[in-house]
Parts: sequence; C-alpha cells; structure tokens
Amino acid sequence: MKKVHVSTTINGTLKEFLCDTRETLLDALRDHMLLTGTKEGCGTGDCGSCSVIFDGDVICSCLTLAAEAEGRNIETIEGMAEGGELHVLQKKFLEHAALQCGICTPGILMASKALLKKNNNPSEEEARFWLAGNLCRCTGYDKIINAVLDAAREIREESDGV
Amino acid sequence: MAFDNVSAKSFKVVGTRPERPDGIEKVTGQARFGADAYLPGMLHGAILRSPHAHAKILSIDISALENDKSVKAVVTRNDFECNLTGEDWNILENIMAGEKALYDGHAIAAVACSSLLEAKDALKKIIVQYEILPHVTDVEEAMKENAPVIREGSARSSVPKGMHPNIVGYHESGHGDVEAGFKEADLILEENFRTEAAHQGYIEPHACLATMMPDGKGEVWCCTQGHFNVAKVCAKLLGSDASQIRVTASEIGGGFGGKTAVFIEPVALALSKKATHPVKIVMSRNEIFRATGPTSSTSMHVKIGMKKNGKITAAEGTFKLQGGAFPGSPMAESAMCAFAPYELDNVRSVGWDVMCNRPKQAAYRAPGSPMAAFAVESIIDEFCKRLKLDPIEVRLINAVTEGSKSSYGPKFQRIGLVETLEAAKSHPHYAAPIERGVGRGISCGFWFNFGGETCVSLALSEDGTASLSVGTPDIGGSRASMSQIVSEELNIPYEKVRATVADTATLGYNEISHGSRVTFATGLATIKAAQDMKKKLCLRAAKVWGLDEEAVYWEEGYVKPAGPNAGDHEPLSIADIAKTMGRTGGPIVGHYEASPEGAGVSFATHIVDAKVDKETGFTSIERYTVIQDAGKAIHPSYVEGQFQGGAAQGIGWALNEEYIYDKKGILQNAGFLDYRIPVASDLPKIDTEIIEVPNPGHPYGVRGVGETSICPPLAAIANAVSSSAGIRMKQLPMSPPKILEAMDDNNG
Repeated sequence: MKKVHVSTTINGTLKEFLCDTRETLLDALRDHMLLTGTKEGCGTGDCGSCSVIFDGDVICSCLTLAAEAEGRNIETIEGMAEGGELHVLQKKFLEHAALQCGICTPGILMASKALLKKNNNPSEEEARFWLAGNLCRCTGYDKIINAVLDAAREIREESDGV
Repeated sequence: MAFDNVSAKSFKVVGTRPERPDGIEKVTGQARFGADAYLPGMLHGAILRSPHAHAKILSIDISALENDKSVKAVVTRNDFECNLTGEDWNILENIMAGEKALYDGHAIAAVACSSLLEAKDALKKIIVQYEILPHVTDVEEAMKENAPVIREGSARSSVPKGMHPNIVGYHESGHGDVEAGFKEADLILEENFRTEAAHQGYIEPHACLATMMPDGKGEVWCCTQGHFNVAKVCAKLLGSDASQIRVTASEIGGGFGGKTAVFIEPVALALSKKATHPVKIVMSRNEIFRATGPTSSTSMHVKIGMKKNGKITAAEGTFKLQGGAFPGSPMAESAMCAFAPYELDNVRSVGWDVMCNRPKQAAYRAPGSPMAAFAVESIIDEFCKRLKLDPIEVRLINAVTEGSKSSYGPKFQRIGLVETLEAAKSHPHYAAPIERGVGRGISCGFWFNFGGETCVSLALSEDGTASLSVGTPDIGGSRASMSQIVSEELNIPYEKVRATVADTATLGYNEISHGSRVTFATGLATIKAAQDMKKKLCLRAAKVWGLDEEAVYWEEGYVKPAGPNAGDHEPLSIADIAKTMGRTGGPIVGHYEASPEGAGVSFATHIVDAKVDKETGFTSIERYTVIQDAGKAIHPSYVEGQFQGGAAQGIGWALNEEYIYDKKGILQNAGFLDYRIPVASDLPKIDTEIIEVPNPGHPYGVRGVGETSICPPLAAIANAVSSSAGIRMKQLPMSPPKILEAMDDNNG
C-alpha cells in the first residue's frame, strides 16, 4: 500500500507524516501525531467533537482527508493554551462548570475560539446557532453558553483596555 | 469520640463551587478517554455485524482471511466460554451471536489487524450464510399469539403459564381495592400511551484497549461506568478469574446508564489472546446505535379516578416494555415509579417484560420512570383541564409526604416532593404571563436512588495532604465533590486533596456508577474513611503524648488533649502528625468498605412553556424550569448541571428522538444526523432551583441527583403541547408529523 507524504503546520510547528489516502485528518492527528485532544464522536460530521481550525475556519477533521492537510495551517486544542497560560475560553469553561464529561469540550472550545475571532460580541442566540454543530449530551448547553459569553466580555474588555 | 454526629453541622467547603480537579486536563485536550490509549505493538479490532433483524447463522466462512498477512486474529462465538447460564449467557449472546442473529447490528465475528483500515477491509472478506427468519420489533406485536419467537425458555418464573415465549417477566405491585376506588370517583380517565426507544447518546463511543496473555492474565483500559463489573464479566466470558483481569477506567465521555453494560472488552481480550498483542476497539456511531443501549420502547395503559376536588380515588396502570432480544427491561421500575408521587388508598401496577428483535436495552437515566411519568402525569393534567383545577394544587392535594405508604410498598421517610411543588408555585416562571399560542405544562417525577457495594481508601501523605482512591468512575464531577468532602472532614484545603478513580487491582469491589449512587454511597464512604483517618490521627497523637485514646479529641484539623488532666500538650495538626508518622507507627490510611443502606428517594417538579407551530407541527421550548430535591448539594454547579442535562435529554426524547425500524427490522436512523439530539439552538436557558430536604440516611443529607431530572420532562412537555395546541399527545416523540396528524384527527 503506497502512502502519501504530508507536510503541514500544526499549532505553529511544521509536522510531517505518511498516511493512507483513505485516512482522515482526525485519524492522522490522533494516530500519527498522538494529538488525542481532538475527539471522534460520530465520524460523519454530525457531532463536532473533532472540530479543528483549518486555515482559520472551523472544520470537522473527520470529514477531511489527511492528505488535504498538505501545506495548511491547523490549530487543535493542544495549541490553545500558550506559555503555560490557559486561553480565556478555557478559564471561563472551568469557572462556569461548562463541562461535565468533557468529551465535547475540545471541539466546543475550538468552535468558540473561531466564533470569538469573528465576533467578540455575540448575542446568546448567535452563540447558540454558531455552536449548533457541536453536540453536548451532558449539560443542556446552558453553562457552555454562559462561559462563551463571559469569555467574549473579557476579550472585549481586554481589547478596550489596550 | 462521636464522629458520626455530623448531621447538624454547618459546612465550610460542602456547598461551595470550586473548580473541578480534572478540569484543566479536559479543557487542554490532555484528559485520556477510552479511545486515547495506545500501546506498543497495538492492533485494531473491528466487528462484523448482522445486516438482518432475525436470522439463523448457517455458516461463517473465514477462509479468505487465513492467508491474509494483515489479519492477526479472528474470533467468533467459539472463542468464548461455552458453559454460561443466566445473565452471563445473555451478555455473551449479546456481544457475539451464537446460533442466531437476533437484531440488526448483532455481532457475528471480529478481526484484529495492524490498522483500522485493514481491519475493516478484512471484515468484507468474511462470508456469512444466513437463513432469514420472521422478526418483530414492536412490543404489542411481540406479545401476540403468532409473533415470531425470539428464544424459547427465557421467561422468569413470575410469568403466568401459557403466555407467549417473548413475554419473559411480570411484575405486580399496589394496595387497596382499585375497583372500589373507581366507584368513589367523580371522573375516571383512561388512556393508552406509547413511547419509542431513545438512545443514551453519549458523545464518546465505547472504546477499549485490552491485552490478554495465554495464561489468562489480562489488562483492560476502557470507558465504563463500572470497571469492576467489566473485570467480572470479562473473566466469566473468557474463562479467566476476575482478579486476573485488571481494568482501569479511562475518563468517560458520557454514559447515562448506557456504559453500565459490557460490549467490546471481552471481544478485544479474546482477539488479544489469539494475537498476543494489545487490541484496541472503538465502536463507530452506527454500531453504537444498532448494538448498544437504547432504552425500552413502551406500550402503557393508565386509568385514574378523581373526585371533583382533585383527590385521586384509585389508579391503575399496565406497563409493557420491550427490552430487545433479551430479558431485563425496566418494566418493574415503570410500574413502581408510575404513581410514586401520590398518596393512594387504591393502586395497582402491572409490568410486562417483552423480547423483540432489537438490541438489548440498557439502563438510561432512571430506567423505566420517565415513560411511566409520561402516561400518569398526562392523565393528571387532563383531569386538571377537565375539572378546571390548578395543576400544582392537584398534585399538592395528592402528594406523598413523610410516613406515606408508597404505591410500590415501603413507607417514605423524610421526602421533598411538597417542597418542590411549593417552590414551583412561588417560582417567577409559574407566575409569568403566558404569551398567546404558548402552553404551560407541569409534571412531577420520581426516582429511588441507590446505595450498593462501595469501598474507598484515603491515604495521608507525609506533607499532610490526602489521596483518595474511589472505585466509582466519575460520571458527573464526583472527584470534585469527594475532594470537597475530604476537605470538609479533615480541615485541609480542597486543593490539597487528590481524588483518583483506582483500578480493579487497587480497591475492593465497587458497584457500577449507576442509580444516582455515587455522591450518596461513595460520598458516605469518603466521610467514613475520613472519620476513620481522624480516629487514627487521634490514636497517633495519644501515643506520642503517652495518653489513652479517650484523653485526646479532634477539633478543626487538630488533635488536642482533652483537658487539664491530659497534660499541657501543644495541639498537633494533621501536618504535624503526618511529618513524623513513619517513626510513630507507620502510614495512616482511612478505609471504608460496605453496602450503604439508606439511599433517599427524590422528587422533582418541572415547569415548561412550549409553543406548537400549527402550520409545521414544530414545537419550540420557550422556557424551562427544573426544581428538584437534592437532599444536600455538595457541589451546586454540578447538581445544576445534572438538572439541566436531564431536562435537555428529556426534551430530546419528548420531541425528536426515536428508533425507526423499517419493515425488515433494519434501523433507519443509526447516526446523529437522523437521530437528532438537542443542539444548542434548540434549547432555551434551563433554570434550576435546588431544594434541600436532607436524606436521613446520609450524614450530610445527600440523596443523589442524576436521574430524577429526566423523569418529568416527557409529560411536562406533552402537557404544555396540550395547552398550546389543544391536542393530547399519547405517543412519543411529539415530532412535527405526529403533531400534525394529531391536529388533523382533532379537527376531523
């Protein structure tokens, strides 16, 4: 079986791997790079657990072939905290008890990060619709939405303060 | 020293909201769940599943795999124990078919290869010859005289003679004379109700990594609600010993009852034994829907008699639950929970356990109770509408209180149903004006809660900090609440406690994390272990001071001499004693092992505003309030989380979620696209109010909160739909086509 060579940037670092042409980006992240923070919940793009940021856009890594990562810039949950400091969204998720089991949390954090980059003042409705592609079975979403809106508030305050 | 007298204490740490100890791992992607383990030389397993609902397996031809270098092991039923009986046999038959495939998705064979892609390719080369048999997936159809027989000889002795072999269990409970009670009624209402199977829908697939040596020694890493049970079941199915199979529970990505069952671990062990390599199996979502869970589907009949003033005179219910191709549906729980909120002189409940060509049902959050509440609370609401009575007042008139004889037998101790109803009555939601087109619904719900075998160990470190080992997987933030309890008892900071879910080789047997038992039973065990440690700390200080045990006492984190006669000793802190414990008698460890009795039942009242779009039949939830008795909330944020999660799952079950089988008995919606669970934009904010009526059976008053929250939503939403659209929905889910059909019937 002939494998494909892929060079891609993951969380700011250039990575190389060999993959089967049928392998998904999710499998490559997990099985080849042991970046297991990105989760598989369905494998069919319905649950959002495998959300990563791909050249700035949120995508389901289970619907993307690993070979498509060539030359791209990928952000995963493992790159969210920087220099030993949690991202404001991560802090707010802890503060608001916005996770129960935590399996959907990496995907929701990545999707939320992309939201707040586009819009740092989302309404509750906007946040709920943005995250409608990320299933959570534990929380009823209430505390997640609270955490995202609170993080947005803090990001706005920080940018106003500069 | 009276360490047991803690019921009246005021808490310092219990009741606060510290950040969870497993939080940073979970927000940084470092937490290791079932599928996140890798081992050197690891293989990937995959399972071939039946494409038929009911078929005789004539042959399984694996000859094409024999020369395939990529295939490291193949297993079929022949690779498991052959002399099992009872539930052990049921579990084996469910995870690897024997003579027949009993449902769409039933496991037939499994392979292990170096990669998952190779394993999936290998499955395609296995040739299975089936003889397709007639099938049945509907509970009423399965009870009929000419229904296809799933399996002869499965009925329990409780089933009356002469019934169809698919009827495998019977339950009856109640008291009084229901016929006499109905004669006293001013109005009698009776109705049939149906609910469809709903899946637990945990986002994390079942996953395990297993190693088994030819001598029968095994290691398993898996996501489960009960790893001690996994060890027990695997040992039985593979002919090994429970002590030889060490199981470590990974972080668990949701369970809701569905991960109390064992599916893939014995298969991975069997493959590993043949391949002498570790084998990882991760279920696909399609496999999860077809072959795990879901809850039972039901057919129910409920009849209630009521006086004009709202007093119930008699109640009677029949609850038929199909549990898939095996006995064990929670029909007794349906029958017992149905009328539990009400004090009834005359009540009778009957349950039937029925087999169908569907996957073996698994527990789902208060198994059996939500469906029964849907039927009973819908009828109560209909009485309120016809007799023009307030729905909360009617429930208050009939509510059980301390000393009431429950509908299922025992007398209730102190309970909090009335408190939840009073809180609902005075909640701003109940007083809020109702917008045009919106309907408001109320429902109560009940769950038993549970104790069970529990064992914990609390070790003191030399620096005065504490390590707590528990044997109940953390499915709702229990490491946070257990750490709070240790902190409370020992007077050390919350951050100085580390709670770990220990593996099966480290602790004695712990029953599964189910029945809302963890905060109650593991919490009680943790309190007792901390008290045991305090006793040992006192003994150690007494020894150092050369005093009797009675001459010292514990206060606020210090051991102190009891009085002037005991001498002038500086109080010793935990840290002081810990520092020198190696020289004063060795390690200090607190223990507790028991099966705590005294679980406290709990009740909830939910208020929901729903709006039915009469054009499309779509129901939107406009406002939702959960009021539930927690007994004592150790960590209120996680109690609220359980309330909200139960309500959200109930909303999904009420409005959308259902198993849809085609005429051939094949599941039509085995994925999250077609089996649609609530998403963020489907739901409003879910308001919560925690009621604390202490459970007399727990030192802090804890009842357990995980399950009761899913009992009221089905009926509360049906009642709101009735108010909004003027239709009484007797069938779940209340999806748009069914709402439109009911409105058409109403108009016709």
